[in-house]
Amino acid sequence: MTLLKVEGLRSGYGEVQVLQGLDLTVDAGEIVVVLGANGAGKTTTLRALSGMIPAKGSVQFDGAEVIGRKPEDLVRRGIAHVPQGRGTFPELTVDENLQVGGFTQSAADTAADAERWYEVFPRLAERRDQLAGSMSGGEQQMLAIARALMSRPRLLLLDEPSLGLAPLITRDVFERITEVNQELGTTVLVVEQNANLALKIADRGYVLATGSIVASGTAEELSSDDSVRRAYLGV
Amino acid sequence: MQLFVQRVFDGLQAGAIYAILALAIVIVFRASGMLNIAQGEIAMFTTFIAWNLFDVGLPWWASSVASLVIGFLVGAVLYRLLIVRLGGGHASPLAVVMVTIGLFLMLNDGAAVIWGTTAKPVPRIFGTGRVEIFGAGVAVQVLGLLAVLGVLVVVFGLLFQRTKLGLALRAVTSNQESAALAGIKVTTVLMIGWGLAGAIGSVAGSFTASGNFAVDRNMMQIVLIYAFAAATLGGFDSPLGAVLGGLIIGLVSELVVGYVAIVGPDLRLLPGFALVIIVLLVRPQGMFGSPKVVRA
Ligand SMILES: Nc1ncnc2c1ncn2[C@@H]1O[C@H](COP(=O)(O)OP(=O)(O)OP(=O)(O)O)[C@@H](O)[C@H]1O
Ligand SMILES: [Mg+2]
Repeated sequence: MTLLKVEGLRSGYGEVQVLQGLDLTVDAGEIVVVLGANGAGKTTTLRALSGMIPAKGSVQFDGAEVIGRKPEDLVRRGIAHVPQGRGTFPELTVDENLQVGGFTQSAADTAADAERWYEVFPRLAERRDQLAGSMSGGEQQMLAIARALMSRPRLLLLDEPSLGLAPLITRDVFERITEVNQELGTTVLVVEQNANLALKIADRGYVLATGSIVASGTAEELSSDDSVRRAYLGV
Repeated sequence: MQLFVQRVFDGLQAGAIYAILALAIVIVFRASGMLNIAQGEIAMFTTFIAWNLFDVGLPWWASSVASLVIGFLVGAVLYRLLIVRLGGGHASPLAVVMVTIGLFLMLNDGAAVIWGTTAKPVPRIFGTGRVEIFGAGVAVQVLGLLAVLGVLVVVFGLLFQRTKLGLALRAVTSNQESAALAGIKVTTVLMIGWGLAGAIGSVAGSFTASGNFAVDRNMMQIVLIYAFAAATLGGFDSPLGAVLGGLIIGLVSELVVGYVAIVGPDLRLLPGFALVIIVLLVRPQGMFGSPKVVRA
């Protein structure tokens, strides 16, 4: 079943059009990766999908047209977005970050969910009362993901979860993402520069260059396609 | 001793009012990163409306309570009508300062048009009684004002730390983008923040008027300057700092003017601001402010 169907997505900043009519689909339960170099438009794509910037074209989520809707509306429909780099509330404690993540849920659900994510991310449990801003990059990335999961999303948008993390921590983060995907059935759309790692956990992938999709296929196909790797991924 | 106690309470009386207005300024600043130069004039305006209620027969204390609600509405409506047009949470802080300066002048002139240029007499909120403390006769009004300040601090402390609205306000302050992504309606929350500031400001207005026994359209200007000094002293992002800053500035001004002969009443603004400058030289973020955390 198609959960997300994007057609002719155009978006940008003011006069600058970054996305030049982008098509992609994500099926329920999949992990899909969008690969691309710096400035390819990966962040812009996710921002357009979660309603943070104006966009044109068509975005169907679970059969409904959602283009032009605001983030606070989309999160209630089941789209959660972990933005690039700064997805936490630095002046709030870890626990308060999770509370904010559960803003759209009942108090009882929020309390229960927080405990569940503390189990999945034990490092966060140890730091419940610490200010998010004083945690390491890896811990903050885990917190940002847990914060997003608190809204009980059906689609999780992740913007470069590996950014600035040591390889070992990155692997840990990716393992958790796979776990969430398998255990809860949460669909994941992740954008990455780190092609090798991302393709390992993904079912399918797209390659984005200057605002358009230039290649797509299963994770195995993209991993083994040398011309794509050389031309667009720089690996 | 008696004179000293008298001066301490005089200082606290002035300082409590600076503290209350500083609290309003800090709430807006914390929620939206914006300086509302018109905060004092909004308070003046709502106090005039309270005077209208008083004029038609409501007791002054009840009119003052009503002006809390009016202050909330005025603050929220101004945010909705003006600041949202400037881009809301993304508005340029400089543009907001300019617009609130304009608002300052508009409200001041507007008050002259609506209520005329003569002051409107009002009584004291807590009456004119006095109680004796260490031989000094302290006005019940002053004790009442300090109690109100205490209540405001506790209520807003609880609101910010213990309620979902407070959490939303702090989340928006900390990271607007992620707050929106978590489902918080940022515009609504900021509107409520401006409303709360308007409500708190109205308390400063009522007490200023009732200290002068009159509502006057220029009464909040000096209070605003002191309130900015108080917020700066305490640290612009700390509500408790703003309150302590206000009390300290009130006390220092009163005591220095009282005891240091060369600082006569003509120089009464000086000590408070000298203190602010000294504290800023030592701690640029103010007494309780947090140094700006910049993350990559
Ligand atoms: N706020 C902005 N205003 C104007 N232009 C922007 C803005 N943000 C990004 N851009 C431009 O849009 C293009 C795509 O940027 P985007 O952030 O989507 O790239 P990205 O693929 O996420 O890159 P990275 O891997 O570095 O995060 C770039 O050319 C960038 O300069
Ligand atoms: Mg990016």
